[in-house]
Amino acid sequence: MSGQGGQRLRRAVAAIVLALAGAASAAEIPLAERRSGYEFMSRETRAIQDDDATNPGMLWVLDGEALWNRRTGEANRACVDCHGDARTGMKGVAARYPAWDAGGGRLVDLEQRINACRVERQGAAPLAHESQDLLALTAYVARQSRGVPAAVAADGPARPALEAGRATFFRRQGQLNLACTQCHDDNWGKKLAGTPIPQAHPTGYPIYRLEWQGLGSLQRRLRNCLIGMRAAPYAYGSREFVELELYLMWRARGMKLEAPGVRP
Amino acid sequence: MARAIVNVPSSAKRGAVIEIKTLAQHAMETGFRRTQLGEVIPRNIIRSFACIYDGEEVFRAELHSAIAANPALTFTTVATRSGTIEFKWSGDNGYALTQTARITVE
Repeated sequence: MSGQGGQRLRRAVAAIVLALAGAASAAEIPLAERRSGYEFMSRETRAIQDDDATNPGMLWVLDGEALWNRRTGEANRACVDCHGDARTGMKGVAARYPAWDAGGGRLVDLEQRINACRVERQGAAPLAHESQDLLALTAYVARQSRGVPAAVAADGPARPALEAGRATFFRRQGQLNLACTQCHDDNWGKKLAGTPIPQAHPTGYPIYRLEWQGLGSLQRRLRNCLIGMRAAPYAYGSREFVELELYLMWRARGMKLEAPGVRP
Repeated sequence: MARAIVNVPSSAKRGAVIEIKTLAQHAMETGFRRTQLGEVIPRNIIRSFACIYDGEEVFRAELHSAIAANPALTFTTVATRSGTIEFKWSGDNGYALTQTARITVE
């Protein structure tokens, strides 16, 4: 190898090392540069979400409204009997979840909060994760927070949960040895198999995903990503998932909620 | 729970072209998919849709497999007279849904 060639090779290796170092320096997105997944969508998909007459998520919202007013359980009580009109009483609630439940001594997301109400106040059986009824109630409650900025409490007992969620977000896992941050902090705006990589802000959940042909929760979406990384997904309702949801909502703090969102 | 959302302007000028939007809740199972055990999932789709404006049919559509779930149909008609606009969906397994809206034409 000539001296010149060796120098060129060394330069090339240095460039690769620098590039890898750059890729490894995962950092959170500056607050001003955050963008909802909505902004990465095509004009046509945005139009579906923008109009309540075409947003299919509104079908679940209407189902949720019916469930909100329906008496159930041993207590024969409806959500409306305690909470009143959801349009006023539930405004801003979804923006504060997941939240620390002092009574249960654990972090709960909106779905778990609804189920806790069902069991403790209505004397009814909890609804299964991803069941149409739980999605409908969640969509109805989340709809009341449209336009409200995400504002989870990240202090006190929720602090360790937030840190655990952050650790999950930055931890490499699965057979592809990937961390959430590598796509959603370092490479957002680029494409993965022709699809734009969004910043992973959970502002539209539950979402109507065109790929699903139906409504789904944030945990269903997270399962999707984990399976894509060839990692074993956490169980629905597991502590790891709720902690990750808390971190994501904290990461999106101040961004406006848009449930029910439509995503491709 | 079968549900539909229809959007009709509540009032319009006589002779104006009005846009009508409809959205029906339906899984639109194609009949071509199989379970993990290889059994065909039976077809379950909306087969037809009709819009009847004050007794007169102004729009009709036939739906087939591979039309997306929760189909949205948007179309236009001419506001002729005040009255009731009726929307009818029907399909496999006895699926039938009717929704009405009122329009005032001046």
